[in-house]
Amino acid sequence: MAQSKHEKIERNVFLMIVLTLLTVSVGGLVEIVPLFFQHSTTTAIDYKGNELNVKPYDALRLTGRDIYIREGCYNCHSQMIRPFRAETERYGHYSVAGEYIYDHPFQWGSKRTGPDLARVGGRYSDEWQKVHLLNPRDVVPESNMPAFSWLDRPVKAGDIQDKMRALNKVGLHKYSDEEIAAAPAALEGKTELEAVVAYLQGLGKALQNVR
Amino acid sequence: MADFISGFWNMYVMGLVALSILFCVFVLVSNMTKREAGEVQLHGHVWDETLAEYNNPLPRWWLYLFWITIVFGIVYLVIYPGFGNHNADRGEHSQYYAEMQAAEAKYGPIFAKYQSMDLAAVAADPDANAMGKRLFLTYCAQCHGSAAQGNKGFPNLTDDEWNWGGEPEAIKTTILGGRMGVMPAFGPALGGEGVKDVANYVRSLSGLAHDSLRAQRGQEIFAANCVACHGPDAKGNPMLGAVNLTNKSWLYGSSEATIIETVTNGRQNQMPAWKDFLGEAKVHLLTAYVMSLSKEQK
Repeated sequence: MAQSKHEKIERNVFLMIVLTLLTVSVGGLVEIVPLFFQHSTTTAIDYKGNELNVKPYDALRLTGRDIYIREGCYNCHSQMIRPFRAETERYGHYSVAGEYIYDHPFQWGSKRTGPDLARVGGRYSDEWQKVHLLNPRDVVPESNMPAFSWLDRPVKAGDIQDKMRALNKVGLHKYSDEEIAAAPAALEGKTELEAVVAYLQGLGKALQNVR
Repeated sequence: MADFISGFWNMYVMGLVALSILFCVFVLVSNMTKREAGEVQLHGHVWDETLAEYNNPLPRWWLYLFWITIVFGIVYLVIYPGFGNHNADRGEHSQYYAEMQAAEAKYGPIFAKYQSMDLAAVAADPDANAMGKRLFLTYCAQCHGSAAQGNKGFPNLTDDEWNWGGEPEAIKTTILGGRMGVMPAFGPALGGEGVKDVANYVRSLSGLAHDSLRAQRGQEIFAANCVACHGPDAKGNPMLGAVNLTNKSWLYGSSEATIIETVTNGRQNQMPAWKDFLGEAKVHLLTAYVMSLSKEQK
């Protein structure tokens, strides 16, 4: 075989690009694309089909979530409990896809310097969360988490309605006009600290106290 | 995989998986070169005027590795889920439940043994204490501290002071059901001076330095506002979680400023409930461990 079959590909860069892209995309086509057409990844159900009590974040929690993202909490805290006993004993039921349908973008994280927060809601009292956020060493002397001492200041509520409208467009959220109209009032007089605590205290309630 | 919104996606996954395996085989077979006798042939194309390429067969080891990866892929699809509905029940969920069952078979009897024992007996058992300590460090240390020494607002568990009762059953009830301690805010009702007077009286109760004139005035305010929960002798009421004010144990601190803060704004203090998360057996061990902590101090 003096003339190899791939000579045609090697001499035609455009054809090579197309074929390379096709080959590389097979993994994604098989493993990612079907996920967009599964009930358990697009609706609030667990993998057995049971309904989960997952609601879009209300105005205060949404604000708290944005502060969570702003402060980079995801750099040290994951929100993804894997199905291993070592994890579920400590954190609770493993995470299921249906819990994240209103997380846009999701906060799974990829590194645990601190503990997983997927089910931190209700785990500690509001008071503990506040003290701990302002200075973790006040309650956990061994902690190496940074102090977020500036959080005790009013939230910036100016863009909350735009945020909710944007989520209606890009996410599965369906905030009603009434909910959007009421959002600024719900943030009145709230501090960033309260918003973050409200967000944290709502995390992972859908599958609480089950393994 | 009944989870897909239509049966098409099942076929789609199977089709693509089968196609890509066949494609790999095709690429491999179509590019195989037999070694021919005599001089090795050149490939035919020439770059940079003189640069040519030998048309040697693929190295054996490389070729066999490629075949092995294809066989591995097929064996993998036979054993594990990935090809439509095939072996769908062997996914991570069933592996997880198998792990949980194995753990239950191994540890269940140990927990059951301690649960059937009296709390005092469990507290005296060193093995049970070691288990209790590990549970404590995982679930309780964040608030109560790794040595159970407590923190501002979170009770010290190593002393003999109990806001909600120190009997074994009371401790167990606290862990199982949680507690919600509420001290109302008296700032608006008493005014700044009134609060300061009460704070001085409260400090006098445990023999701390105080302004005796203020304490005298504070005593009247205390009798009118505070005795309902803290009792006429200020020794507290474990039914309400009202703390004893006459001893040296302070939940939030004994300084005048801290007491003024407590009286002015009130306090809300919550211990979460652990019954559903941990289950009775683990709470039983934890209770015994907490009991053993305050025994050590005595």
